[in-house]
Amino acid sequence: MSETQDLSGAGDAQGGEHVRPEGRTLINVRQGMFGGPGGDTSGYGGLKRVIEMPGASERPYGEWFDGVVDVLEELLGDKAADAIESVVVDRGELTLNIAREHLYEVAQHLRDDQDLRFEMCLGVSGVHYPADEGRELHAVYPMQSITHNRRLRVEVACSEEDPHIPSITPIYPMNNWHERETYDFFGIVFDGHPYLARIEMPDDWVGHPQRKDYPLGGIPVEYKGAEVPSPDTRRQYR
Amino acid sequence: MTTETPHATQGFVDDEGAPEFTAYGGDWSEIADEATRLGQQRVVINMGPQHPSTHGVLRVMLEIEGETVTEARAGIGYLHTGIEKNMEFRTWTQGVTFATRMDYVASMFNEAVYVMGVEKLLGIEDDVPERANILRILMMELTRIGSHLVAIGTGGNEMGATTVMTTAFVGREDTFRVIEMLTGLRTNNAYIRPGGVAVDTPEGFVEYVREMIPKVKQRLDELAQIQLKNPIFIGRLKGVAELDLAGCMALGITGPILRSAGLPYDLRKSEPYWGYETYDFQVPTSTDGDAYSRVILRLEECYESLKIVEQCADRLEATEGQPVMVADKKIAWPAQLVLSADGQGNSPEHIAHIMGESMEALIHHFKLVTEGFKVPAGQAYAAVENPKGLLGCHVVSDGGTKPWRAHFRDPGFNNLQALSILTEGGQVADVVVAIATIDMVLGGVDR
Repeated sequence: MSETQDLSGAGDAQGGEHVRPEGRTLINVRQGMFGGPGGDTSGYGGLKRVIEMPGASERPYGEWFDGVVDVLEELLGDKAADAIESVVVDRGELTLNIAREHLYEVAQHLRDDQDLRFEMCLGVSGVHYPADEGRELHAVYPMQSITHNRRLRVEVACSEEDPHIPSITPIYPMNNWHERETYDFFGIVFDGHPYLARIEMPDDWVGHPQRKDYPLGGIPVEYKGAEVPSPDTRRQYR
Repeated sequence: MTTETPHATQGFVDDEGAPEFTAYGGDWSEIADEATRLGQQRVVINMGPQHPSTHGVLRVMLEIEGETVTEARAGIGYLHTGIEKNMEFRTWTQGVTFATRMDYVASMFNEAVYVMGVEKLLGIEDDVPERANILRILMMELTRIGSHLVAIGTGGNEMGATTVMTTAFVGREDTFRVIEMLTGLRTNNAYIRPGGVAVDTPEGFVEYVREMIPKVKQRLDELAQIQLKNPIFIGRLKGVAELDLAGCMALGITGPILRSAGLPYDLRKSEPYWGYETYDFQVPTSTDGDAYSRVILRLEECYESLKIVEQCADRLEATEGQPVMVADKKIAWPAQLVLSADGQGNSPEHIAHIMGESMEALIHHFKLVTEGFKVPAGQAYAAVENPKGLLGCHVVSDGGTKPWRAHFRDPGFNNLQALSILTEGGQVADVVVAIATIDMVLGGVDR
């Protein structure tokens, strides 16, 4: 993955000199204001911006969030500190960053404990952060509690070199296809999944199309004599 | 050569030398005779991906014993178009145009859930004008009626009842006329935009909505009359494709299938958005958990949606002249659309303003349309009640003018996992009923 060129227009995410602040996801390191294959003509080519996810929140988290985190910490016991990497409250939504070794146990508690009772996992959404070294691939699980009418987000990260996350399909059978989809598009291997095959792409497809270093694959279009480049190779705002 | 078998959960089976038949229609008895003569134990049928009763391009692999299905697996991906990937290369506003093409039978909901996610990221949920929310709800409820009518109509057609389909489609056409009058398009409208809606109502719109209501109601009545007491209809649907509440919960089923199993779960009631809590409507449920009860639920939901449409019409009259886009000029689309002799376009006043009066307005228009607006970094999850169930959208922003990631949880994608449990042990003919009762649209499943 390291030798692929940046076709996403998403940034210059290869630079390794950026240290990730604790508990934050580095989304991107963006250079310049405007560009594309032709280079930045805006005069702001040297501008560099480090873009991060909102960082960990301090207690009290507000609403029902404290209660849920308390119950989960109590159930996990002395594993809680390792399992819950951070708690983020942003835009009225609760995100639990969970260490992958503990995901299975956390999911079991989330589903079974009567004070948590997140009966439904609304699938898993993969996100690729090439700049977030060692945690490039994220799996995001929205959990829905019908009993308590709550929703929270469980986020698990793994690296591109070791893209393994335990499958929670044994706990949430509905996640079967969702995990297959995320494997298909991002190459995250869900260990313990009953049949982790590609689902949207053909079985013999090479690569994982939703990764940022995978090109969109457009072709230039001729319009009234001028050639319009494909969307991923156009000059664009950053 | 080894190929994958319908045993989706198992390994590979050597099928070298296994006899193969291709059905072209009308030749089923010949194939059955030939298969009987050969006396093979295991018969695998490949239904689709071009089968007319699979609501798009769904492939179903069936293992049968006589007329009984012993194993059924769905194969999807034939309509995968990379919508989520494409959205990462367009502005936040342009994303609406992609999202609307996923589940093309209920396109307004795709726009709605995506826009809800974007507005959450922007933190402008409370700034959206009331009139915009009324128009959004009106459009969503009309689309819900249209989607349910397609579900009922094509479901009937697949069982051989053509009149059901034509009646349903005539009713759906009436809802489309209203949608077209407002948005300019029947489907794939790109009408709901971050911050509001694309265009305000044209003259005579509310009256047109009011005229539409009894017409659609009449079609719904007709559908109920020709179907629900029909002994063939009852025979084909009652007790078929059953799924109880435990099964629904295990498979994450939402929408009419979950409600037919007895759980009145509807996001419009449990997590009201855009003012649904102020509308008077019911959530019909059943405890039968079979295909028949789901048809009844869909019909009843259409009547409830018409009630909401009526209330929307009243509110539109009361809010006449109010804005339909947020006041924040850094987000709001600079121009309002108008209908003129040669079609829909930017309003002449706006063109006159930016081309003749204000250089700054022109720059503003140009920047906002070409560059788009920036969305603060972070992630958000939005969910709406789609006709098929819970439609979710996970959007991630890197602080730029394009989504870093937009992922949709289409209810059809999730609910299609239930196909095996709905069909295994039943008759081959009931597979079609099971597919119709799930009512997925492959455009949404594959995205």
